[in-house]
Amino acid sequence: MSLNQIYTQIITENSRSKEHKHDIDNPNIVHDGVNPSCGDEITLELRVKDGRIEDASFVGDGCAISQASASMMIDLIKGRSVEEARHLADIFIGMIKGTVTDPEQLDELEDSQAFENIRHMPARVKCAVLGWHTLDEALKEKEEQKKN
Amino acid sequence: MTDEEIKAEFPIFEKRSGKPFHYLDSAATSQRPADVIEAVSQFYYEKNANPHRGVYELAEQATESYENARQVIAQFINADPTQVIYTRNATEGLNLVAYSYGLTHIQKGDHIVISILEHHSNLIPWQRVARAKGAVLDYMYTENGSGKITDEEIEKRIVPGVKLVAITQVSNVLGIVTPYEKIIARAHEVGAVVVVDAAQSAPHLSIDVQTLGADFLAFSGHKLFSPLGIGILWGRKDLLEEMPPFLSGGDMIDSVSEQDAVWAPLPEKFEAGTQNAGGAVGLAAAIHWMNKIGMDTIEEREAAVYDYAWEKLHSLPHVTVYGTGEGKHVGAIAFNIDDAHPHDVASILDADGVCVRAGHHCAQPLMGHLGIHNCCRASISVYNTKEDIDALCDSILKVRKWLGYES
Repeated sequence: MSLNQIYTQIITENSRSKEHKHDIDNPNIVHDGVNPSCGDEITLELRVKDGRIEDASFVGDGCAISQASASMMIDLIKGRSVEEARHLADIFIGMIKGTVTDPEQLDELEDSQAFENIRHMPARVKCAVLGWHTLDEALKEKEEQKKN
Repeated sequence: MTDEEIKAEFPIFEKRSGKPFHYLDSAATSQRPADVIEAVSQFYYEKNANPHRGVYELAEQATESYENARQVIAQFINADPTQVIYTRNATEGLNLVAYSYGLTHIQKGDHIVISILEHHSNLIPWQRVARAKGAVLDYMYTENGSGKITDEEIEKRIVPGVKLVAITQVSNVLGIVTPYEKIIARAHEVGAVVVVDAAQSAPHLSIDVQTLGADFLAFSGHKLFSPLGIGILWGRKDLLEEMPPFLSGGDMIDSVSEQDAVWAPLPEKFEAGTQNAGGAVGLAAAIHWMNKIGMDTIEEREAAVYDYAWEKLHSLPHVTVYGTGEGKHVGAIAFNIDDAHPHDVASILDADGVCVRAGHHCAQPLMGHLGIHNCCRASISVYNTKEDIDALCDSILKVRKWLGYES
């Protein structure tokens, strides 16, 4: 596994970007995600209205891969419906696991396809999926609250 | 012995000789010398049976191997073999003390004192004992996060009412040797029992339980050139004798009736179930190997590389090394690189064949005390050389560029 397949310009630039790293106004979903292997924690904040993600952000600390992945995820899901966001999370997590390989499906991830090579670095997989797992759990929890 | 001669003792260096390999993670687990691997193989090839069970010749040989290993280990720490209990690792030894001694002796309102330097394995068991019994868990902190526990701190925290003190001899993060002798003496002054975590010290420093004066001491074999899954708990005889068993089952009894059981004498009382005899044989072989090299040689070689690493890491731009340089250090050195997360650092170093640990090192309260979330840790063993440290430092200088910083 060569480093230049992982620490690409798009990933390192996004890892340093503060564009989506802040609190948002009136979030109605706030969910913590933890990577137990390093203790890194992010908090995802979403404002969902009528099934659409109006605004989203994250706060927390983490490695370049987790930070870039979370930031690029927010780029992708902001303005989308909850169903679309969950669908994208499935594709992203599938890409990292190696179960989703169809180029057309991967294209839906836009820039986040840059993380495809992480699956060759098993120790860093958890970093790449931290944001997406947190999103998935946050939306699931919201759904269950609705049911109850 | 030359660097090459020491490295030649460890087959892994030969196996990985085609590409750069700088193993600086011995505080996590050491490499194993050929002597150990061969001794374990020989046990399984020639003497494998369940110790303490069969009456046939092979079973007796297995028992003999297992018990001879105990003698060797006992001698290594200057102990009576009946007080040398096989465990899986230091964690199991410390849990044994927490459950068997802690839960039966610690009462509501008692104080337990540990240091902020502790590994989770000498911390969480005491949290659990304190919670279960309504006791109070107090910490000895280090002076301004330097890693140094001062005399004043020892006297302030270890006071009458403290019933148990648990202390590591060496920080698994900072490599600093704690003032364990003073801590033991102070604990005994106030009538507290002392549990020593020797996981990080046993590979580097000679241990003599007679002069140390602790009441319990635990270490892992795998940090000491042995196979994974074997460790030792040593304890004071009178305490071990009156403690209830930790695990119960086969081989830890004298007799069992439908409603009752009589425990076996020490050390079998604490060795329920089929034991890791291959591991025991491996640990004894590791001790023979250390004696062959000489504890003085090990200490000297490691100190030279440690001091070199300490100086060189301090001289690098954008690198912060944690802890004071004052006092004796062995094994670990903790550092961070500006703007770089330890996981990224470890991945980038790995591309140059440099193996370091990154994360919280199972010492999250210490991370908080140091004001960080995590860090990188390079750790040094007898087979490390200045070339390993040069490779580490060269690789560190590349990290920020990989992450998109100009310098």
